Amino acid sequence: MIDILRARLKQGHRTISFPNQPPTLPDRFRGCPVIDEAKCVSDCQRCAEVCPTGSIIQVHSTKPQVDLGRCLFCTDCAEACPNDAIRYHSDYSMSSNQRIDLVVNANTEAGPLVSALKKESLRLFGHSLKLRQVSAGGCNGCESDTNVLSTITFDLGRFGVQFVASPRHADGLLITGPVKENKRVALLKTWETVPAPKIVIAVGACAISGGPFQNHPEVHNGVSDILPVDLYIPGCPPHPITILDGILRLLSRI
Amino acid sequence: MKQSNYTVIQNGESCDVVDVPEVPFDAFREQLLQAVEDGAWIAALFAMPADRSTLRAFVILAHSHSGSLWLSSTILPDEFTALTPDCPQAHLFEREIAEQWGVKPLGHPWLKPLRYHHSYRKEKDCWDRKSSTAILPGVTDHFQVDGQEIHEVAVGPVHAGVIEPGHFRFQCHGEDVIHLEISLGYQHRGVERAMIGGPNNRTNHLVETVAGDTTIGHSLAYCQVIEALARTIIPARASALRAISLELERLANHVGDLGALAGDVGFLPTASFCGRLRGEFLNLTAMLCGNRFGHSMLCPGGVRFDADSDRVHNFLERFESAVSDVTDAINLLWKSPSVMDRFEDTGVVKIEDAIELGLVGLVARACGIEADIRSDFPTGIYRFTNISTATWHTGDVFSRAFVRWIEIERSTAFIRDLIKSLPQSEIRIALEPMEPNKIAVALVEGWRGAICHVAITDATSKFAHYKIVDPSFHNWFGLGMAMRDQQVSDFPLCNKSFSLSYCGHDL
Ligand code: SF4
Ligand code: SF4
Repeated sequence: MIDILRARLKQGHRTISFPNQPPTLPDRFRGCPVIDEAKCVSDCQRCAEVCPTGSIIQVHSTKPQVDLGRCLFCTDCAEACPNDAIRYHSDYSMSSNQRIDLVVNANTEAGPLVSALKKESLRLFGHSLKLRQVSAGGCNGCESDTNVLSTITFDLGRFGVQFVASPRHADGLLITGPVKENKRVALLKTWETVPAPKIVIAVGACAISGGPFQNHPEVHNGVSDILPVDLYIPGCPPHPITILDGILRLLSRI
Repeated sequence: MKQSNYTVIQNGESCDVVDVPEVPFDAFREQLLQAVEDGAWIAALFAMPADRSTLRAFVILAHSHSGSLWLSSTILPDEFTALTPDCPQAHLFEREIAEQWGVKPLGHPWLKPLRYHHSYRKEKDCWDRKSSTAILPGVTDHFQVDGQEIHEVAVGPVHAGVIEPGHFRFQCHGEDVIHLEISLGYQHRGVERAMIGGPNNRTNHLVETVAGDTTIGHSLAYCQVIEALARTIIPARASALRAISLELERLANHVGDLGALAGDVGFLPTASFCGRLRGEFLNLTAMLCGNRFGHSMLCPGGVRFDADSDRVHNFLERFESAVSDVTDAINLLWKSPSVMDRFEDTGVVKIEDAIELGLVGLVARACGIEADIRSDFPTGIYRFTNISTATWHTGDVFSRAFVRWIEIERSTAFIRDLIKSLPQSEIRIALEPMEPNKIAVALVEGWRGAICHVAITDATSKFAHYKIVDPSFHNWFGLGMAMRDQQVSDFPLCNKSFSLSYCGHDL
């Protein structure tokens, strides 16, 4: 017993003070990309050529735009760019309510595009949100970094957010993985079991677009075509802080 | 055993595909059984189309004593005498071949789908299903025990926690489990098939996500395969940084699992301390490469991130503080009678069963088997700096926990020494072109155990076939064994002590 108490004293208080204070992230952290159009030579396309998931798109201009929903944050594009026009930097906050808002270009202002839930939902969930996690065919990286939110480091419970075992006790689903056909039925059944009003949070490149498994015949490319999504959290996997930040913004706690 | 029926290579080497002997099936079967009886284990056994109508099966037999890999092959008939009745470790390999190519291993005692997908050859199906019928995961004839007081408990695929899907069927008498059958396949997302025709932009990222908690292990095996095919020797500093990343991955997972085991027996101090400390090791990986799981740390030809002396200094500071906290947190387990009471004699796997089933990695070492790729088939820096193999003999939950702890101590010492004396060199060199018509094999001791990657190149040096064997593939059946005669309520504890991967198995 005395050893337990001694260890407890030594380990001390370990819960981070985010969101009251900014998080400490490693200096090599690869967060939201910043694109410097001035440095980009038109018709170069090197970044788009190397990208593993087709995340670099040139819709209305020849200049690169990065679709965070597909991006693996691997920085292959930044490495291929001869002019240093793309950089992945420390901005961890990149969630959004709309799929389209995940596309960033040189003019995108830093920061997330999350509006909080509508008034009635916010009244219901703002101080107590129970989520059922559904794992639908990824690599388990997203599950791991979702799971750590319940450790003492992040202590998700202090915000009234909790993962529950039964969908019947849940206010929404947090989905990871590209959704393989074999899991679609289970996902839909779980969704139907959650009492309304309910929300869906898609975590990770897989759940948003299929991630590294995009267009494999075995998978759907994420949840968007299957369920209405309220919050997209990009990353492969997203850093726990990115996930926490997204959820707190949805609940108007940041 | 006639060696002429094999080509022998070392770990991380390649040879010409034509040099792999092609022996008639009966002789292939016979020599495989003999080799396994003589102590070899099956690192990989798979089939690929040789041409439109024929299948060629390859086996990679690992001989731990000589540290050599023996390759042989055969043309696989549509029906053949199953190996499994005489060699249980072939069990899942044969089911996999049957499911993928629609051939029938006759006399296989447990011939059921593995990942629940259609055969890769349209007109052939092992269970004569039509290609138009949908295949539902978990739908098969499960083993059932008969009797008046027998009942069945089914768990999953949707579990209570934040965890991957799998289906578990317990045949029970009261609280006692007579048999557990495990049905997986829910995470199957076509990784191996997508490798064919590569390497391309996505290949690196596919191997990194075979199993998210083993990103370094799988990408290391992949890099070694590529480097074997391109006859490229990477710089010493890159080898050292790779080994440090691999051991960090081991530390993170072992610490996390010990915490979860503590949680499963309701011992909350260690559970909550380790929950945080696992994260410290992930953060150290992120300190090296920016990603907690080590995405993009490794690349064929070396590593992408260096550590200068400032970084090493900061790394060591945080590392030592984490190690000191881990030591306190985990030693509490061994001193707590209530924990030891739940760990000891729970989920025992006997050494003879472990050998027969071909269990690998820490699970095998916890049964007393001395096997570790790092010392039996060393590559890279492990050729020069040895980590001695950690074993314990009781085969129970305690043993699996304790072996983790010894490994934590040894990996810690290994990282500490290595990072202080990083060789001075480049961290990455350009690859030579990959060679055509070769077969390359790489084994890596991931934190769960032996990871095996095999690549076969075609005439244009692209992958004609790619085989991935996650250690979980060898070990899931061991969990079933461990549950025999246990209480249903001990399942979470036994399961965590194995801590196997669903996505690594399902691919
Ligand atoms: S960082 Fe994103 S956009 Fe760049 S290459 Fe990787 S996946 Fe593509
Ligand atoms: S998004 Fe990346 S980390 Fe998450 S499940 Fe998919 S592959 Fe794994």
